[in-house]
Amino acid sequence: MTGMESLHYEFTGTRRVAAFAPVLVGVVGSGNLEVLVEPAAPGAPVDGLCRYRVETSARGFGAIWEAVLRDFQERHRFKGLSVSINDMGATPAVVSLRLDQAAAGLKEAAP
Amino acid sequence: MSTSFAECPARERVARLLDAASFEEWLPPSARVMSPHLAQLGVPSAFDDGVVIGRGRLAGHSVFIAAQEGEFMGGGVGEVHGAKLVGLLQRALRDRPAAVLLLAESGGVRLHEANAGLIAVSEVMRAVLDVRAAGVPVVVLIGGANGCFGGMGIVARCADRVVMSDSARLAMSGPEVIEASHGVEEFDAHDRALVWRTTGGKHRFLSGDCDVLVDDEVQAFRDAAVDALGHANALTLESLEREHGLLATRLRDAPAGADALALWRQFGVRDAERVPDLDAAAVRALIAN
Repeated sequence: MTGMESLHYEFTGTRRVAAFAPVLVGVVGSGNLEVLVEPAAPGAPVDGLCRYRVETSARGFGAIWEAVLRDFQERHRFKGLSVSINDMGATPAVVSLRLDQAAAGLKEAAP
Repeated sequence: MSTSFAECPARERVARLLDAASFEEWLPPSARVMSPHLAQLGVPSAFDDGVVIGRGRLAGHSVFIAAQEGEFMGGGVGEVHGAKLVGLLQRALRDRPAAVLLLAESGGVRLHEANAGLIAVSEVMRAVLDVRAAGVPVVVLIGGANGCFGGMGIVARCADRVVMSDSARLAMSGPEVIEASHGVEEFDAHDRALVWRTTGGKHRFLSGDCDVLVDDEVQAFRDAAVDALGHANALTLESLEREHGLLATRLRDAPAGADALALWRQFGVRDAERVPDLDAAAVRALIAN
């Protein structure tokens, strides 16, 4: 039996988002995912990084995850954020859509 | 413009059903109170284990609310999911809100979690009955595409009031389960008309298992929830025996090989064959007459 795969990425960014409540978009359903965006943990070093954690049922797609997340990061350039994903085999297009939804929710949540 | 209840995810149902911006979530996704079982099985978990719980205001009244997410594991009740429901209900015993609203969408016990899920559902039933005994109405609202089945179907029928849309379904065993155990001759799970005739909102309303039949609109569900405030139905031995008597009579008098159509005729519904084509308002009018 194969288990879940855990993937971790860190990218540098320049945009700090004002204090905000965590934002959740999407649902863990077939071909779908949920994305939770939170401020970097309190007390964490302010290091200009945006951290991504992915838990996925589809093993062996690390390179594609990295490309999709890097694309998102290059467009938004966030820093001081933590992005956590629970994935049930979403396609790259769906992943990008949910990430952009989360970014839009971030703008609403931030004053 | 009306918003479909069925099309909304659980979180959006809660936000739209309650007074604007009044919802306060307990154990939100960022708390990461998640299933301890799914990861071990190599199955993705959800940050909220598929259920949203908290409190908010409904027409100005303080209410507790829970909403199951049908897209996550069919709304199946796992150990954590069930514990969140039980915790909400037990807190209602202490805080006495005007009502507890359960937006049910579930296939029942989450089979991955086996006994833990079964125990969780039985604890939810007990907690619902405790809250009712304390005089706080428990209102179950069913409008999701996955329906309300298995243990959650029983939970629904333990409540003070059941609200359904005509596209919602409520039953114990789901169509596929009946077909698998009794054969396709007994029940064809692919026959959508048969499935809705047997488990759908109209049938449940005509047979008295559902108290309020609404259109698939968030506003209609909200209106029905507001209407239920302050209407606790005392659960007494007499009311239970009356219900048992009714069911025994219905079973005894059921036409042989009965389809829902024959039952509706027996309930005194005129033009029963027209029911599948009627909208919710027209079906409500059948009962009013």
